[in-house]
Amino acid sequence: MKVLVTVKRVIDYNVKVRVKSDNSDVDLNNVKMAINPFCEIAVEEAVRLKEAGTATEVVVVSLGPQAAQEQLRTALALGADRAILVQSDEPLESLSVAKLLAKVVEKEQPDLVLMGKQAIDSDNNQTGQMLAALTGMGQGTFASEIKVDGNTLQVTREVDGGLQTVELNTPAVVTTDLRLNEPRYASLPNIMKAKRKPLDTLTPADLGVEIKANTRLLKVEPPAERSAGIKVADVAELVDKLKNEAKVI
Amino acid sequence: MSILVIAEHDNETLKPSTLSTLAAAAQIGGDVTLLVAGNGCSAAGQAAASAEGVAKVLVADNSAYDHEIAENMAALIVSLAEGFTHILAPATANGKNFMPRVAALLDVGQVSDIIKVESADTFARPIYAGNAIATVQSLDPVKVITVRGTAFDAVSAEGGSAAVESLEQVEDTGLSRYISEEMAQSDRPELTSARVVISGGRGMADSEHFHLLEKVADKLGAAVGASRAAVDAGFAPNDMQVGQTGKIVAPELYIAVGISGAIQHLAGMKDSKVIVAINKDEEAPIFQVADYGLVADLFTALPELDSSL
Repeated sequence: MKVLVTVKRVIDYNVKVRVKSDNSDVDLNNVKMAINPFCEIAVEEAVRLKEAGTATEVVVVSLGPQAAQEQLRTALALGADRAILVQSDEPLESLSVAKLLAKVVEKEQPDLVLMGKQAIDSDNNQTGQMLAALTGMGQGTFASEIKVDGNTLQVTREVDGGLQTVELNTPAVVTTDLRLNEPRYASLPNIMKAKRKPLDTLTPADLGVEIKANTRLLKVEPPAERSAGIKVADVAELVDKLKNEAKVI
Repeated sequence: MSILVIAEHDNETLKPSTLSTLAAAAQIGGDVTLLVAGNGCSAAGQAAASAEGVAKVLVADNSAYDHEIAENMAALIVSLAEGFTHILAPATANGKNFMPRVAALLDVGQVSDIIKVESADTFARPIYAGNAIATVQSLDPVKVITVRGTAFDAVSAEGGSAAVESLEQVEDTGLSRYISEEMAQSDRPELTSARVVISGGRGMADSEHFHLLEKVADKLGAAVGASRAAVDAGFAPNDMQVGQTGKIVAPELYIAVGISGAIQHLAGMKDSKVIVAINKDEEAPIFQVADYGLVADLFTALPELDSSL
């Protein structure tokens, strides 16, 4: 089977974001960028499917600025076969990304699209479901296990209160949750090899998609700060405070 | 304004997240229609009729909506969408699953996980794991929105008297099938709606020690949670995880035990009314957000807490 896997360039998850002083957005100047962690899990799963002989080709796609090539090279170093960058300097909202990916799916005809369940910048958790809708595919979101069986997939999903298993016809979209796998690190020889793997660049115009804004960002503010309270000396004082001061027990 | 709210339910009653979503709908203002879709959900449909502020209940009771399969739920909602200015669902695993599908089929964006209604088209929502709050205006003709339940005070489940209408049409896409589920069995309240939550972190040292938390939880009528570190270490199952990648909770009392307080965890609990931290490391970041901090070894503090309640 052919697997298409998507990666998003986002702020590295170890970096603490700061809101710009004019409240227009968060400040991403000179901040370390990386593959969105959920996308990294998607890449790892695709590579494992290839290593198991289930996947025949792994194509990785990113959408965004030219610099997103770095994240595509990382995915190639982790084991993807070739890469496609849909380059756009305009901000892309989920629906536009899904429309662009739908065109890529039309060209590439994958049997499985693997995506992260959400990006850690916008925290939207939308694009995979939207792509599935636009392409008429079934969806297995928040996956913690994927089993391929001929033309069907069994996807175990992380849901409120436990796990749910659904069966999907292929082609299908599956979005990853944290426990699906633990991504590997790229080895130096593989990083070198990745430099020679094919990376094609397309534009939204090449794909015939008009980019549209669905929302307008009015302002971005830091969350309300919580200030530290007091230290209590022992359990007895804690219970007393909870009973008589906070009155919560 | 005319608002369609998609109910989260257990076939018998509405989940608290539905009542919070109805509160968000009330803030937007307008006629509210509540859709109860499921397999064997007529009792929940009847219960929905008495929820505060609901003008009309639509019940779609068919095996096609068993376990709220996303493909069929989205097809159903889209078939009902005409005439509504807003479509709202709780930001639960179900709502997150089918709502973006609804939005794409309607050719509109989705505003995810809102925590505040500024006006009929403008909403606040957390981004970057809650490290920033964005205020966004939807430019679409239909606003498709998921609502963070903990950010809105639930409306009353009683007092309403909406008309109940059964839907005859069935939307079955055949794209996916429900196979099975494994749900955690617990007599304790649900994490996201509990009045008190007590969570354990890596400091719990192993899964056996979680029973120390459970004993305190039972005395307080609390739900038991865990940090991601504790889940990753295998001390607790993932459905107990509180944090950016787990559940978002905002109880009246949150007790963090052996949790250092990584940003990821704070994102899931910092809106709790009162926070207690018990940790032997007095430098732990959790103390910076705690109303009451106790620097102590949890293996002595927990049994003491248990016996003093």
